[in-house]
Amino acid sequence: MTAYLLKRLAIAIATLVLASIVVFAVLEVLPGDPARLMLGMNASADQVELLRNQMGLDAPLAWRYLHWASGLLSLDFGRSYTYSVPVIDLVRERLAVSLPLALIALALSTIIAIPIGLFSASRRGRVGDMVAMGAAQLGVAVPNFWFALMLIYVFAVWLHLVPAGGFPGWAAGAWPALKSLLLPAVALALPQAAILARVTRSALIEVLNEDYIRTARAKGLPYRAVLWRHALRNAMIPVLTILGLQFAFLLAGTIIIENVFYLPGLGRLVFQAITQRDLIVVESVVMLLVAAVIAVNLVVDLSYAVVDPRLRTRQ
Amino acid sequence: MSLLEIDNLSLTIGDTQILKDMELSVSPGEVMGLVGESGSGKSMTALTVMRLLPHAARAGGRVTFDGIDVLAATEDQMCALRGDDIGMVFQEPMTALNPVKTIGEQVAEGIRWHTKATRAEAEERARKMLDRVGLPSAKFPLSRYPHELSGGQRQRVVIAIACALKPKLLIADEPTTALDVVLQAQILDLLRDLVAESRMGLLLISHDLAVVTEMADRITILRRGEVMEAGDTARTLSEQLHSYTRQLAQASMHVPARARPRGAGPGQPLLQVEGVTRDYPGRRTSLFRRAPDIRAVDDVSLSMAPGQSVALVGRSGCGKSTLARMILALDRPSSGTIRFRGDTITGKSEAELKPARRDMQVVFQDPYGSFDPRQKVERLVAEPLHVLDRKPTRAERREMVAHALHEVGLGQQDIDKYPHELSGGQRQRLSIARAIITRPKLVVADEPVSALDVSIRAQILDLFAELNQKLGIAYLFITHDLTVARAITDEVLVMHEGKIIERGKTSEVLDRPQSEAAKSLVAAAPDLHRAIARRMQEQG
Repeated sequence: MTAYLLKRLAIAIATLVLASIVVFAVLEVLPGDPARLMLGMNASADQVELLRNQMGLDAPLAWRYLHWASGLLSLDFGRSYTYSVPVIDLVRERLAVSLPLALIALALSTIIAIPIGLFSASRRGRVGDMVAMGAAQLGVAVPNFWFALMLIYVFAVWLHLVPAGGFPGWAAGAWPALKSLLLPAVALALPQAAILARVTRSALIEVLNEDYIRTARAKGLPYRAVLWRHALRNAMIPVLTILGLQFAFLLAGTIIIENVFYLPGLGRLVFQAITQRDLIVVESVVMLLVAAVIAVNLVVDLSYAVVDPRLRTRQ
Repeated sequence: MSLLEIDNLSLTIGDTQILKDMELSVSPGEVMGLVGESGSGKSMTALTVMRLLPHAARAGGRVTFDGIDVLAATEDQMCALRGDDIGMVFQEPMTALNPVKTIGEQVAEGIRWHTKATRAEAEERARKMLDRVGLPSAKFPLSRYPHELSGGQRQRVVIAIACALKPKLLIADEPTTALDVVLQAQILDLLRDLVAESRMGLLLISHDLAVVTEMADRITILRRGEVMEAGDTARTLSEQLHSYTRQLAQASMHVPARARPRGAGPGQPLLQVEGVTRDYPGRRTSLFRRAPDIRAVDDVSLSMAPGQSVALVGRSGCGKSTLARMILALDRPSSGTIRFRGDTITGKSEAELKPARRDMQVVFQDPYGSFDPRQKVERLVAEPLHVLDRKPTRAERREMVAHALHEVGLGQQDIDKYPHELSGGQRQRLSIARAIITRPKLVVADEPVSALDVSIRAQILDLFAELNQKLGIAYLFITHDLTVARAITDEVLVMHEGKIIERGKTSEVLDRPQSEAAKSLVAAAPDLHRAIARRMQEQG
């Protein structure tokens, strides 16, 4: 187990270092001098040179990479070119929206998908299964922004249960903040749940054909007990893989939903930074997302080992 | 009064009739052997008694267990019976246990479910049961996972699960078919003891007449869902009144007619293996450490003459398949040399190996798994032709395939079929056709008949014998089945823990084994003649 853990950890760190080199190199290659961008087109060459010196841009490449990378480690991402505030402050503010949103959406997706997957797999080919899988098909097919608009119409405009958009900030209290994240979380979760339910179902169906399911039945366990005690855990590996991928997507790929609900999330920050050529913000957020994806993958890898003892003791 | 009484049972799945007017009974303390070839409905009979049939199955007739009408019982009643009064052991021990639960959990689960015992009590009973089936706590604590156990050990766990609550009836469906002969003998002994201890009834299902004869008091012979013959084992098998019984008995003892066996004559040997060793790196115990290497094949030397038929026998895991892979140049020895027709094949590149590849081919155990299901017979059989120097034209290729099919007894009409359209026996003929199409000098056959029914197996052995005479092909048969070795080989090599520990004329080694390993193989191998003789004494 320790060997497995250490190996995974080493791979995660190596990936992170590699990714940081790639991100740094890409931004080096891109045309455009940050100092010139900050000072504007009218600045003199001397002024630009001075600022380049101040920003450390004239130092050797390797030194600048190390400087930047060590900055990342101490959460010093530099200053935004357009807002002239530390990038970390911008990111922190946005994460306070995006991270809870992603977590709620993920939790919702899991809570919806696993029971549907269990239900469908145990009634394979019957009416209940067909209805559930038809609904899942619809969930995958319908774009989430359209679905979001429907949710706003029903729950905000019509029923007045939640606000139609915007985010009051956590300072306004936990409940108002959560309330404004609820609809976006549902809009994000449903398509994910649809995919997850299908994966759960097919993984379970495969497991239910295994010999050990018959052994468990021969012990006298009723079908339902076999499903929960023996089948579900064995079907978890593909489900965990999809969950990991979904979390990464939910953290970074929510820009459309953020726009629909006027949420100040990470996605909108990146989008604005790209249009404003605020490359240091782009660079920082990309690195943050890379780190998040790698961390999630590490967690998924470790949870494989928790689920399946064969991964703990490789033979 | 019978414990299990099957009357007039019929079973259909969709439009297919699986069982017809099936009759069978088992009394307490009795061993009933149910024999038949694949597809005869043996396993379906067992699943009917457990009422674990596929959804589409429809059963008619009467199945009574201990006064309970099984076909009419509610699902709750059946759940109460299963695992408590009726236990079941399955064929494939490698997949019969849940890989993510410990063996302790899996044995204790049924105990807790049926007796409402606490976890601690159930674990204590599970511990006793595992001790009983030969898995002592020192080496096999409850916290072991299935993947840490060998096939024979896993089958003991399955037996422990089935017998944990001292069932009145145990159904064992091919419990030893996936195991080597020595393990088979041990598992059969265990089952016999468990029957004697608690007057349990045992329904033993097998395709192996010798195994059933050794074990069963009475025997029921099933063919295509119908009972052909039933009665006391000794009388049924000694009198062999029914033609199908006779046919089965003869097929399982079949020895192909072969001309004078060939010995290692003068002249150049076909194959020379000299001091070959193969090490596999040991398991990594931590990031920086490995266990010592595992020596799969240890300093093996052997030599085969052209046209000679040699058996390589040994228990599972003894290194025989690794050795075969190295002879076929599919794996490289760690040290030692292998010469084929005088040329060294070790350490050669794929291009340099081409002439050798042409002259050696292979037949695998599983006729189901070794063909791409989406290709037609013509392409499958023509596969090895790419090692020829000159690529045959399309017409030539078809001609060669047709000829090879003819030689293995398949017809012209089979050339455009897909593998699933052929029976198991035909598929094994197909893999032999594929092996002989390049006119090889050596065919390595890895358990070529152990997945086949006895009657088909007799035909395939005949085919091997015939091709040996007609085409002068030398065989290396890899098997744990001594009847195969006896039937078709001139010489036998006994392998044990990577070493060849005994070699000689097949009949001499098998009649008078010298080494311990060879002795235990011979003693454990089921033999129909011997089994019938013993039954005759017991049953008079």
